[in-house]
Amino acid sequence: MTALMTGTLPLPYRVVRTADETPDTAGIVLEPSGTPLPEFCPGQFAMVYAFGAGDIPLSVSAVDGHRLTLTVRSVGAVSGALRNAAAGSTVGVRGPFGTGWDVPADGDVLIVAGGIGLAPLRPVVRRVLAARERYGQVAVLIGARGPRDLLRPGETREWQEAGARVLTTVDRPAQGWSGDVGVVTMLLDRAAVAPAGTAAFVCGPEVMIRATARELVHRSVPAERIQVSLERTMHCGTGHCGHCQLGPLLLCLAGPVVPWDRARPLLSVREL
Amino acid sequence: MAVTYRAAVIDKVGLDALIRALAARGRTVIGPTVRDGAIVLAEVTGGADLPYGWGVAHEAGRYRLAPRRDGAAFAHSAGPQSWKSFLHPQRERQWSADRDADGSVVFSAESGPSPSYAFLGVRPCDLRAIAVQDRVLSGGRYPDPAYRRRRERAFVVAAECTEPGATCFCVSMDSGPAAGPGYDLALTEVIDSAGHRFLVRAGTEEGESLLGEVPSRPADTATQDAAHASVAAAADRMGRTMPQVDLQVLMRETLTAARWEDVASRCLTCGNCTMVCPTCFCTTAEDVTDLTGDHTERWRRWESCFDLEFTHLPGGPVRATGLSRYRQWATHKLGTWYDQFGSSGCVGCGRCIVWCPVGIDITEEAHALARERDGGVAAGSAPEAP
Repeated sequence: MTALMTGTLPLPYRVVRTADETPDTAGIVLEPSGTPLPEFCPGQFAMVYAFGAGDIPLSVSAVDGHRLTLTVRSVGAVSGALRNAAAGSTVGVRGPFGTGWDVPADGDVLIVAGGIGLAPLRPVVRRVLAARERYGQVAVLIGARGPRDLLRPGETREWQEAGARVLTTVDRPAQGWSGDVGVVTMLLDRAAVAPAGTAAFVCGPEVMIRATARELVHRSVPAERIQVSLERTMHCGTGHCGHCQLGPLLLCLAGPVVPWDRARPLLSVREL
Repeated sequence: MAVTYRAAVIDKVGLDALIRALAARGRTVIGPTVRDGAIVLAEVTGGADLPYGWGVAHEAGRYRLAPRRDGAAFAHSAGPQSWKSFLHPQRERQWSADRDADGSVVFSAESGPSPSYAFLGVRPCDLRAIAVQDRVLSGGRYPDPAYRRRRERAFVVAAECTEPGATCFCVSMDSGPAAGPGYDLALTEVIDSAGHRFLVRAGTEEGESLLGEVPSRPADTATQDAAHASVAAAADRMGRTMPQVDLQVLMRETLTAARWEDVASRCLTCGNCTMVCPTCFCTTAEDVTDLTGDHTERWRRWESCFDLEFTHLPGGPVRATGLSRYRQWATHKLGTWYDQFGSSGCVGCGRCIVWCPVGIDITEEAHALARERDGGVAAGSAPEAP
């Protein structure tokens, strides 16, 4: 048995570049220094190790061959070190871990993202837009704290041009902002998707996930067609450390993407 | 076809010889010893190290050694440790990383020699606990290599239970007092007018071959009958029981019960129950760096779900209240463990009851939850009117 198979030993990856996306968030592009990890599916996560500091779970926001793009928001020692990692430096990566998005082959697609929650949804948008003709309505609803917190506005404009309906709202507008103001659920009425035939993908803060899923169910989107990506503490990624439990689920294996019919009863219990 | 291995009878001399034979095969023999006023699992080099003549008197929140007149070696129920201390050690290095002058990093998996243990006196509840941890740590998608190495190299001598304690409930959890599968040798201690002896049954070829190396005599009917009778009698002397309901369903249906507030008002969230539990497996990752700054190590150490940091997220802990942390532990043990690993996480050893500083009793809590669910009687409600 190799250590790679166990998911315990990181493999060295070289930082190709990092690019600031918002004041506290950067995209970080990695490529394997030697042996690559198995291919990541959209929604799966990697445990990324900053030398001497520790490792954190990061969803992949793009996969290009063996090259991985991760989006990291600086909120602690490890994420801070990764966000500021110099090009050419080495980090450790384990994975791919968890259950990712189940992207359907056709129908309407509704993507709802809050803040950095857009990052793990990017590969879903790209996959759907790469075969745009197979799908009906494709809507991407994005909410952020303020205009400065929107990830890669240029890319979302490209999605619009590729045939997605992209709507954006912020909680706190700044001077020059002429778009929507308010929570992302406000945009649902303008998504123009047919509820019964829609696959919905939701990622963001848990309060936003709950509100969005509730609104979608209210609009007759079947709960099992709503996928949400949940955040819990991750240490091992391999189902051994116990931190990521949500009731019966070990989210590092059964998640982070969970269908809403599964997640709803669990999230309805306070502090489960 | 099931293979039937040999049964034999050995005496105290034979038990001493068994320990020496295991050691002669290069194994580190771990067994019960008396230390610091408790039965402590430690290396034994001969029969003289065993706690002959010591039993245990315990209750919720209380543990005392008690001398026994019959001189029994294995008549003490579960002590403060369990075999996880050896198979899933409290602190373990997983890998190390070295950074070169050019900034490149080499990760090296831990590859030291694995100990070859012989566990002597594994009680049936603990034998089940080992099987439970096997499923968690080596039965899933990512078998833990270090655990698996230690486990595969371990030789298990079970000691069937003839002396359950006041906090024992293995019968409720179907894990004792007779030894289930998983042993190389199973002992049953028999003390009667015919003397102090041990019925020994082999469960594997290696067990049988070891048994051949120690002075023994063929198992006689009287010893076998006496052994069976005392194990059967032990089943009727459990100090505790679980409610006779489906515990997985009970846990699922009582997540918002008032009883959790009652137990939370007593629980200190100290985590003792998780440390002594023979199946609790949770760990945390710890990174240490040496003074050069270019050598770091990843250590894994036991962690408790009672720790506030256990569910740390940038926005704060998921389980901020003591209520939610006790509920997580109890519902995991008795309920969601089935969902995750296909069995109960509780084996009925009673350690969590004994070592709880305020005497919280998981069986009492389960009974109260069942009463609240089935009878609608809220915990802490007024006593019945006279």
